[in-house]
Amino acid sequence: MANVIELKKVNKEYGTQIKTKVLFDIDLAVEAGSFNSIIGQSGSGKSTLLNIVGTLDQPTEGEVLINGKRTDKMNKNELASLRNETLGFIFQFHYLLPEFTALENVLMPYRIQYGKVPKETLERANELMDLVGLEKVKNNLASNMSGGQQQRTAIARALMNSPKIILADEPTGNLDSDTSETIYNLLRDINQKLGTTFVIITHDRRIAEKADRIIEIKDGRIGLDI
Amino acid sequence: MKLAYNIALRFLKASKGQTFLIALGIAIGVSVQIFIGSLIQGLQIDLVDTTIGSQSQITITSQSEEKLIDDYQPLLEQVAESDSLLQHITPVAQGQALMSYDEENYSVLVRGLDFDTADGIYKLSDRLVDGDMATGDMEVMIGLDLSEEAGIAVGDDISFLTNVGQPQTAKVAGVFDLEVANLNKSWIISSIDTAQSLFSYDDRISSVEMQLSDVFAADVVAEQLQSVLGDELLVNNWKAENAALLSGLNGQSISSYMIQVFVMISVLLGIASVLAITVIQKSRQIGILKAMGIRDSAASLIFLFQGLLLGIAGAILGILLGVGLAFAFTKFAVDPDGAPIIALYINPAFIALSAVFAITVSTLASLIPARKSSKLNPIEVIRNG
Ligand SMILES: Nc1ncnc2c1ncn2[C@@H]1O[C@H](COP(=O)(O)OP(=O)(O)O)[C@@H](O)[C@H]1O
Ligand SMILES: [Mg+2]
Repeated sequence: MANVIELKKVNKEYGTQIKTKVLFDIDLAVEAGSFNSIIGQSGSGKSTLLNIVGTLDQPTEGEVLINGKRTDKMNKNELASLRNETLGFIFQFHYLLPEFTALENVLMPYRIQYGKVPKETLERANELMDLVGLEKVKNNLASNMSGGQQQRTAIARALMNSPKIILADEPTGNLDSDTSETIYNLLRDINQKLGTTFVIITHDRRIAEKADRIIEIKDGRIGLDI
Repeated sequence: MKLAYNIALRFLKASKGQTFLIALGIAIGVSVQIFIGSLIQGLQIDLVDTTIGSQSQITITSQSEEKLIDDYQPLLEQVAESDSLLQHITPVAQGQALMSYDEENYSVLVRGLDFDTADGIYKLSDRLVDGDMATGDMEVMIGLDLSEEAGIAVGDDISFLTNVGQPQTAKVAGVFDLEVANLNKSWIISSIDTAQSLFSYDDRISSVEMQLSDVFAADVVAEQLQSVLGDELLVNNWKAENAALLSGLNGQSISSYMIQVFVMISVLLGIASVLAITVIQKSRQIGILKAMGIRDSAASLIFLFQGLLLGIAGAILGILLGVGLAFAFTKFAVDPDGAPIIALYINPAFIALSAVFAITVSTLASLIPARKSSKLNPIEVIRNG
């Protein structure tokens, strides 16, 4: 299997005056279609790593390759397209647009790329809403939904442009354990049905153990990798 | 493009109170502009009308020794064809005379007019306060002030001493009031024929007078006319003779523009600062959109569209307010007899210009937030929750 994500000697430092080094020489490769979890203590650098993979943040040193292409060679518009077409994000804080309905939020990545929404796409968005179990509330404003509903909307949105890779940072961090379980099962389903590659940060070992691979980050280095 | 517009619209709708306040701010600026503009233009039109509305705006005289124009019919036709702005083209035969009545002498200007065409300029039929128009042979009309001062009434005979030498007698057919004391005292109006025989002009006249549908074009039209007519005739226009009035009008216009510019600058600053705040309010949304791959250019377009939409809403609201204010002003600021103290001039072109100006200004004001939005880095939002 080909690697869709590749990190070569990635280092990350924060600050200009007082420098704090967060990531140390990270080498990591992620296979297409795999389901990966990242665990580690709070402050160990998991989010920093994921944001670098997602091109939202840049490494201080080292290379990031997505689909074999170096992201440091891309300009801002190419990075925007990459994020739009190849990557899907699910954040811990749901990050929906409160001015739009759930369905409109799900359609947003498509509209960013193509503008007008044809009938088939609208149908697909509706199917995604069914998939995450939101057919009844999809026309509610994002700000009028419960936390679990918002997170499921964010998942449907991440799937909208059929990205190759979905990056999730504690997607169930502030949800109860039943809802968490449902959402993980949903992600696993999507992984198996659509072959989407997942990289998920979680602090829940029980959930991590269901992944194909567990990567543990310890003080900015890869500890365990099984 | 379309998405940025939709997002802008949605952002504005989501905070209706704030949107309304900004639009109202722009609207007040626009309405003040429209009101002041209409007031000043109304004042100017009023002033121009009372000053030159009832007098010749372009006058053709002869350069010959006798100062008389021979064979004037072809000239009238030539003038009429030369420019479509010209109207009320009328021949005049006039001269200085000494009028005597009841053993008193008065120095007067006898003006022989062609009543049909001259009425357009002097509105004599409206201004006749006693008697009839002096259409008959050796009939004249005198001004109200002269009639009171000399005790002359309709039907009296008065005598004239002119360049001819022999005193001639004419009958007073009517009394006019031109609402200018000087003219009411010194003008005596008759038909062209009567004036021509009083001064022995034969068939000649002393000048051709006319008005324009656009009074401010007088200088340009007069210059063209001069070149068409050649240098045996002299073409004069009101602008050349009323420099003081013109510079007064100019000063008024400049102070009106100054007021308008400053009103708009304060509107610009107001919108710019409010929009700058909305970028901060919406930075979370902009960050999410950027994480989803919206381009920086589209992210800044959102705010440009907000400025544009606010400008359009403000302009429409401002026109309604301004025109309403102007209407209320003409309705309630009135003389005892119900006529407005100042007739405002509602000029659609000027209103359209104010609206375009406001829309441009508010779009410009949104450039600063648009730039901020373009520069916003999504990681700041994602990291800080
Ligand atoms: N913008 C920043 N400036 C300085 N230090 C930061 C910044 N963001 C994160 N850090 C630090 O980097 C370390 C790793 O943070 P993070 O990647 O969020 O860890 P995790 O997601 O594993 O909890 C922490 O010590 C945090 O304090
Ligand atoms: Mg984290």
